[in-house]
Amino acid sequence: MLTYTIRRLLTAIPTLIFISLIIFLLLDMAPGDPTAQLPLTIPPEVREQIRQSLGLGEPVHIRYFLWLKQVIWTEPLFYLSEGVSWIDAPDSARLISWQTRAPVMDTLFERLPQTLMVVGLAYVVGVLIALPIGIISAYKQYSVFDQAGTFVSMIGFSIPPFFSGVLMIILFTVMMPNDSFWWFPSIYDTTLVVDSWENFKAQIRQMVLPVMVLALQTTAQISRFMRASMLDNLNQDYVRTARAKGMTESVVVLKHVLRNSMIPVVTVIALGIPSIFGGAIITEQIFKVNGIGQMLIVSIQASDLPMVQTITFIFAVMIVLFNLIADILYGILDPRIRYD
Amino acid sequence: MTDPIDPAAAGAVSPAPPALSEDTRIDAPARNQWWDVWDQFKTHKGAVFGASFFIFVIAAVYLGPFLWTIDPTYIDIRARNSGPTWAHPFGTDQLGRDMLARMMAGGQTSISVGLTAMALALLLGTLVGVLAGYFKRIDGLLMRTTDLFLALPLLPLLLVMVMLFRQPLSASFGPETGIFILIVVAIGITSWMPTARIVRGDVLALKEREFVLAARSIGTRPGKMILRHVLPNVMSPIMVSATLGIATAIITESALSFLGLGFPPDFPTWGRLLFDATDFMQQHPERVMWPGLAISLTVLSVNYMGDGLRDALDPRIRGL
Repeated sequence: MLTYTIRRLLTAIPTLIFISLIIFLLLDMAPGDPTAQLPLTIPPEVREQIRQSLGLGEPVHIRYFLWLKQVIWTEPLFYLSEGVSWIDAPDSARLISWQTRAPVMDTLFERLPQTLMVVGLAYVVGVLIALPIGIISAYKQYSVFDQAGTFVSMIGFSIPPFFSGVLMIILFTVMMPNDSFWWFPSIYDTTLVVDSWENFKAQIRQMVLPVMVLALQTTAQISRFMRASMLDNLNQDYVRTARAKGMTESVVVLKHVLRNSMIPVVTVIALGIPSIFGGAIITEQIFKVNGIGQMLIVSIQASDLPMVQTITFIFAVMIVLFNLIADILYGILDPRIRYD
Repeated sequence: MTDPIDPAAAGAVSPAPPALSEDTRIDAPARNQWWDVWDQFKTHKGAVFGASFFIFVIAAVYLGPFLWTIDPTYIDIRARNSGPTWAHPFGTDQLGRDMLARMMAGGQTSISVGLTAMALALLLGTLVGVLAGYFKRIDGLLMRTTDLFLALPLLPLLLVMVMLFRQPLSASFGPETGIFILIVVAIGITSWMPTARIVRGDVLALKEREFVLAARSIGTRPGKMILRHVLPNVMSPIMVSATLGIATAIITESALSFLGLGFPPDFPTWGRLLFDATDFMQQHPERVMWPGLAISLTVLSVNYMGDGLRDALDPRIRGL
């Protein structure tokens, strides 16, 4: 298992380098000029100097290696030197956003808590709702509950987040009376500091709508998987044996069947984590959560290449990483699968 | 988890012999297997409903403008922001443009993008899948490419692609055709991977079958072999991924339009109409509902259709 993990980690490195190259080259063709926003009174030669100072004069391969070095060497080293006293801060320049003129990573670390709070919580809520639905649907196959579950997950698959989000806003913000308990804010207030019970309640309330929208998507997918996996296991011989031994139904279902059915579901849950960040791009846009997804949209519109390249690369790293985690989890959970 | 070898393809070759009951005669007239598929499809109520609704939507958006002849870009500023009336059954927008006409025009774009992007993704996916499954030498390379594409963050890359190529394509093909080509190609080349994987698995299984051996023994060339013997037998998984592909393509196009990176503002699509309507959500919530419902119901009907098609093409279920 350990050799397998190490081998997978090593093969992930060329994959990521190749992906970073694709992302960099694709973005490098962008027609946007970072000096286009500057006042027209700036003479052309000064403008050219500004472009040079942004590193635009170098050939493509030099710029690519500089960017890669900044992302995977300078930035981690900088954060290490902040935390650990005996590591010196790197002497090379940090990765600077063209739009904000601040280090890209600092901006991302400012944005990350909002995304993690909303998206992460939504994923947890979605999974927690999906698992019981899947279990009951499979145990009572073709019952009213199962049919309803199928229908709800079909709806979850079919209603895109940009419509379910808007629908939630209409229902819970626009049509609901303002003083009702069921009224929820549609705009996420990031400046809210949670230091009292009142603020905590406000924080919960403003997270309700985005979390509901994202959780609907997660629930739809995971509950289907859970149901299919439970159904695969419920007809196996060992279930009949367990029943024949005289075990109670709850032990049979919740201990024997559930444990075995969780194996593929856990890997699906791990695989879904990066894709939920992609989906959050839209949800953050609707509810004005200033997270990473919203930053990506703003940077694309402002053709802020270093920011877009870095965010896209981070998404790619997460996809590769969680693929790896899913494969390793599968091997750990299911002893029949050994990769060596 | 699904089987690595899809039984649907195997069954398409030789349909499972129907259970011989009292009323089944051996001398029943010869029947095309697609009639069996249709019979099974008809038993799935959701699928029939989905298929009829999808046909209805297509008819409404393509034939509707012949009956409802108001120009979707005609601005009648005096009738702006009107609710549903007889003159404007879906109301009008902030410039007094008729929402029903705009919904039809938007639907034409959204559905055309969905169908074309699906066709492109299917073509690419089938090509890669068949080549990888049939020719062992390029299998590794093609499948690594597929894995690489699966590891790319697709929505950010789509957004980036649209931003990059919007101007050059608009300049050379005109704003509408240019963006249409751009969005179709962008969606197509980011969604072919699942089809490629399924098709490759099926082709690998088919290659070991006796009829392929027989065909090879009489000297069939690879090109002919693929077209005559392999492709017809992988049709069923391709058809299922086609229906699901329409759904994802429509959603992706609407998402791009919703993020303001799709078609130009004066060119309606369902996603764009939804995006425009969110600004007036407080005063006119119904204006959000039309495009949102249209997208959701179309996607729902296509999903149900795919569900029924998958059952109908599975010979283990068919005929029960």
